[in-house]
Amino acid sequence: MACFLVTAAEAVVVTVAARVAKNREMSAESVKLEKNAEIETRRENKLPWSKKLMILASLLWGGAFLLCYEHIWHGEVVPWFPFLTAMNDPGDTAEMLHEMSTVGVTMAVIVTVVWAIMMFAADKIMARPDPEPVKAAA
Amino acid sequence: MTLLICVFAAIIFTIKWYRRKDDSMLLGVPCVCFWGASLMWLGDAIFGYAEDGAAFFEPEAAEMLNDAFLGLSVVALGMILWLVILLVKDPRGVVKASLRKKAEEK
Repeated sequence: MACFLVTAAEAVVVTVAARVAKNREMSAESVKLEKNAEIETRRENKLPWSKKLMILASLLWGGAFLLCYEHIWHGEVVPWFPFLTAMNDPGDTAEMLHEMSTVGVTMAVIVTVVWAIMMFAADKIMARPDPEPVKAAA
Repeated sequence: MTLLICVFAAIIFTIKWYRRKDDSMLLGVPCVCFWGASLMWLGDAIFGYAEDGAAFFEPEAAEMLNDAFLGLSVVALGMILWLVILLVKDPRGVVKASLRKKAEEK
């Protein structure tokens, strides 16, 4: 009914967190430059937090956008106030809130858990030595 | 059916992303878009299965057709979103060059 709103809300929070993390990383970088710190020549072996959070935000925004379209398709979201057809009836509203707290939260948890596994794998992959170039088949 | 079509779109774009030579086509955009939607529909499918049991896998023909139409239109919408982002960000400078050429013609 409106389960995508839970993931959209998470997307807003994660986007803000990613922006804050990026600003902190940039200010930390400028402090390094001011102190004329040694130029770091070795390659970073971990993704910065801001990039990790932006990947989660992209997953959530993309998913929420397509799910919003699905709800429009099913007539659950309309382009006029109150935008959600379930808001017109108290019984439907209660059902909608129940669906948001069950299906919506489950969706948000699944996306977040998969993202956490992806980022764990990404750190492991980045820590590996560079692979040998693939040889062309004879 | 919608979930299945979206998962196939996500897999195809992920393979294209893995085989890309540079990032100028922004193939990461449709990847995260379709994977995000697929994971969310997976959550929906889990609840559907918990409610209907095995009947969840035996939908009516009309329902399946409607879901297939929805899946295809979701893929189309995701690709339109990707195209809009690609044209606006214009990583290869194609749009800018084309606009400059038009301006010079006048």
